[in-house]
Amino acid sequence: MKEFDAHDYDVVVVGAGHAGSEAALAAARMGNQTLLITINLDMVAFMPCNPSVGGPAKGVVVREVDALGGEMGRNIDKTYIQMRMLNTGKGPAVRALRAQADKNAYHRSMKATLEAEPNLTLRQGMVDSLIVEDGVCKGVVTATGARYHAKTVVLTAGTSSRGKIIIGELTYSSGPNNSIPSIKLSENLEQNGFKLRRFKTGTPPRVDGNTIDFDKTIEQPGDKEVNHFSFETPDSVYLKDQLSCWMTYTNPTTHKIIRDNLDRAPMFTGVIKGVGPRYCPSIEDKVVRFADKPRHQIFLEPEGRDTDEYYVGDFSTSMPEEIQQKMIHSVAGLEHAHMMRPGYAIEYDVIEPWQLHPTLETKVIKNLYTAGQMNGTSGYEEAAGQGIMAGINAALRAQGKEPFVLKRSDAYIGVMIDDLVTKGTNEPYRLLTSRAEYRLLLRHDNADLRLTEKGHDLGLISDERYAKFVAKRDAINNELKRLDSIRIKPAQVKDFLLEKGKSPLKDGVLASEFLRRPEVSYDDLLKFIPASPEPLDRRVIEQVEIQTKYAGYIKKELAQVDKLKRSEAKKIPDNIDYDAIDGLATEAHQKLKKIQPETIAQAMRISGVNPADIAILSVYIQQGKIAKVKPA
Amino acid sequence: MPATTEFDTIAAISTPPGEGAISIVRISGEDSLKVIGRIFRGNDLSKVPSHTINYGHIKDPKTNKNVDEVMVSVMRAPKTYTCEDIIEINCHGGIVATNKILSLVLANGARMAEPGEFTKRAFLNGRVDLTEAESVMDIIRSKTDRAMEVAEGQLGGNLHKLIKDLRQDILEALAQVEVNIDYPEYDEEQVTADMMRDKATSVKKEIQKLLKTAQQGKVLRNGLATAIVGRPNVGKSSILNHLLQEDKAIVTDVAGTTRDVLEEYVNVGGVPLKLVDTAGIHDTDDKVEKIGVERSRQAIHKADLILLVLDASQPLTAEDKELLTATENKHRLILFNKSDLPAALTISDLPDVAASDVIKVSGLTGAGMEDLAAKIEGLFNQGIENSQNDVMVTNARQIGLLESADQSLTDVLNGLDQEMPLDLVQIDMTECWNKLGEITGDAAPDELITQLFSQFCLGK
Repeated sequence: MKEFDAHDYDVVVVGAGHAGSEAALAAARMGNQTLLITINLDMVAFMPCNPSVGGPAKGVVVREVDALGGEMGRNIDKTYIQMRMLNTGKGPAVRALRAQADKNAYHRSMKATLEAEPNLTLRQGMVDSLIVEDGVCKGVVTATGARYHAKTVVLTAGTSSRGKIIIGELTYSSGPNNSIPSIKLSENLEQNGFKLRRFKTGTPPRVDGNTIDFDKTIEQPGDKEVNHFSFETPDSVYLKDQLSCWMTYTNPTTHKIIRDNLDRAPMFTGVIKGVGPRYCPSIEDKVVRFADKPRHQIFLEPEGRDTDEYYVGDFSTSMPEEIQQKMIHSVAGLEHAHMMRPGYAIEYDVIEPWQLHPTLETKVIKNLYTAGQMNGTSGYEEAAGQGIMAGINAALRAQGKEPFVLKRSDAYIGVMIDDLVTKGTNEPYRLLTSRAEYRLLLRHDNADLRLTEKGHDLGLISDERYAKFVAKRDAINNELKRLDSIRIKPAQVKDFLLEKGKSPLKDGVLASEFLRRPEVSYDDLLKFIPASPEPLDRRVIEQVEIQTKYAGYIKKELAQVDKLKRSEAKKIPDNIDYDAIDGLATEAHQKLKKIQPETIAQAMRISGVNPADIAILSVYIQQGKIAKVKPA
Repeated sequence: MPATTEFDTIAAISTPPGEGAISIVRISGEDSLKVIGRIFRGNDLSKVPSHTINYGHIKDPKTNKNVDEVMVSVMRAPKTYTCEDIIEINCHGGIVATNKILSLVLANGARMAEPGEFTKRAFLNGRVDLTEAESVMDIIRSKTDRAMEVAEGQLGGNLHKLIKDLRQDILEALAQVEVNIDYPEYDEEQVTADMMRDKATSVKKEIQKLLKTAQQGKVLRNGLATAIVGRPNVGKSSILNHLLQEDKAIVTDVAGTTRDVLEEYVNVGGVPLKLVDTAGIHDTDDKVEKIGVERSRQAIHKADLILLVLDASQPLTAEDKELLTATENKHRLILFNKSDLPAALTISDLPDVAASDVIKVSGLTGAGMEDLAAKIEGLFNQGIENSQNDVMVTNARQIGLLESADQSLTDVLNGLDQEMPLDLVQIDMTECWNKLGEITGDAAPDELITQLFSQFCLGK
């Protein structure tokens, strides 16, 4: 192909899925001329798997992306068909918002947002190779020969990289949902020295909603109570007319069909070589691994308002189409269901994420960033979280500014990226609340309090929104202070406590202390103290309640974060030569050399690096400092 | 590894064991003043000027009883050896009192210092120069060489297994809570507060049992019960005399009593030994017949460590063999005494004995006594379990960790009483699990996630 010089940009983003869209918007909004190239413009922000956004941990990421000025939260708030708060019976740290998306509307709305962005150009095209000079990425070349030069490049190739779809005995080269796969880019990355590996994921069949017998299933409606993802979405637009999901179960017949046909299951015949996720196994995997379970849940989720397709959730499979059909028909409510698309497994290339800095810039090639499924994660939210971070850092580099990294104690995004670059991953990585050591600090309700300031500093949060945020923050702090200054006398609350079956107070207590009691809500408290001089928003009251009630636990986690601060602040020089350090254990030496941690704290998190190795490393670094000041 | 050890507040006994009338326990780190504040009775040390020495008492905050009369130096950062806040507790010398104070310090927020760690900090904080740093590197390096050995051999098998079992118990409870958080749509068994309470209560019971063995304090507080046994005339008393002579500071000798006293303390290789039935040994020379194997048996029963003395210049007798059998299941060291004479006994005569448990000594010349001291120190550091197969905790680091684990469980139970949501109560449960993991050296953060996926059928 004859190459030609096309336009030059500040930032080029390759791939317009959930990672690429966020990356391109962040870069453009930070004032960079940005090009977003994708294989098929009709698949911008496409949802090739489940039609939903959010859930435990993931929902927090959506709010974090929103607090940094990203689009996912706003976009789902415009296009959801159902909203539910999960884990309402549990503590505030783990409550999780999840929306069912209208997947076509989601795509159209995101595409419109990208199109409307002044500094951003959308283009359909397939990137085949990188322009690399002296280990620095200078742009990309497309299949049509167009050369785009750029100061920085962000790759978000998703599952397109040498993608291979598997359905029973059938395998063919393909990106998600029968799109064109990207073949040459993978080869180009390998030639440039990247270490790639194969991962596998899958998606369940879709069925025609007109052929589902919903009477045999259990309805799961949306919430009446108002909740949205974005700080900017007003309560008033909350959707009244929501669509329901429906729950049903597999049964021994389904399991027998699967077991009788395992010899045709690519999962078990060796056809699938990529590593699949443990948290998202195919139904055949579940039946084999948990043979004593008589049934598994299935969720029937509408894919949108303008389609009859239903996603058969938790029924991911790569069995032959014929068997899939039988499996579906064995399930209550699906006896006559018409399958519209078969489920499939997809194998694809990922780059080993320890080849990345915490900024998501690659260690192999400078000014090149990668994000999303390509880095070994799975999930739209994980992709968006990395996308915005890669976009921000690509933008900052293009402008010659200092990088932006979130710590594990700042955000789930920080936990995810640190996990990826410090530990790598052996399976498609999904965020779980159990991956976060400070999850009480990383709540979805305080994502704005944690990150809006940073988003504003980066230029991604408008002054108008920032002013609203500051007003909210001030209102919370003022009310907390007020509750610390009002005393409640035992006589005031005697009847209230008796009614709740509690013994009366002996001495007066501060209003804040009274609110800390499990049986007392903020509304209860208002029966005994005057209301705040200013009327308080429900989100302010929520914060006051959470920050008061769980103060003891929050303090414990903050103390742990504080202990880590000094190790986080201790930087390891870029040019450190691990071969020159005597006394490191062999495993520690190898891992440190491979991962090249940037701080002592990060080095500590590498498995196989022991306290003694950290001591040696610290002493070595300090020696270097002394040697510079006063040569021996 | 726990990510926070680098800047922990650390403590150690900074005077050589058993020497002089005064011992010093040194604490360094941000929390030094907090730690001492919890166990000091006297002026409020957080308010006294820096670089002052203050009179008072060390108390056990649990019993509120005084432990020792002390002088405490308060030195605030940065003008200190480590450039951190330093507290030095000058207490009455003697391994028992000093260890008691150290274990209180460790139970109240400090961690046992690693070898060379004070100097390492001094260096890292820019206090000492490059040449000094070299020697620190050597110390740390020698420790690295031993790291594997320590990780694998540090714990007695029983303790290791018990802690592992407790952790697995906790892990299953944690996984139950996690699965309900990350997969709320699943019909997995709902974790009830009762289940957390049950687990917390049962694990707490086990930990307290362990702590009790520590409190009985056979080693740290009261010395390691040790019996010197052997048939008459093998030279027990000469070995005892060597131990007594070598130990310039006998820690405790109950005043006003005669040799009929049952216990004497000696310090061997820095380890306090409580000698069981020394009267029997002192008496042996003239009352040979009356004191024989039977009396040895009683001593063996009481002791955690047996020093079995054999006369290596003579072949084994029936009595020797009886004693070998009687001590089989004990921690024991076998002393081939009279190594100055031609040997009639070799290790191969003792088929069931590990060569490493045999030490050649001479009560006459004192040869081999250093090997014995080194061996005892080694045993102490590994932790010693007593003969009834009960697990026993002996080392200050382990005791400190067990006490924090116990505290976390108290917090779990309090949280449950206050009807806190389970995912918050879990914070303390996880902390307990981490502390126990520090004891065994297993603290892999991915364990929980692995457990989650093996215990439950999950996913979309």
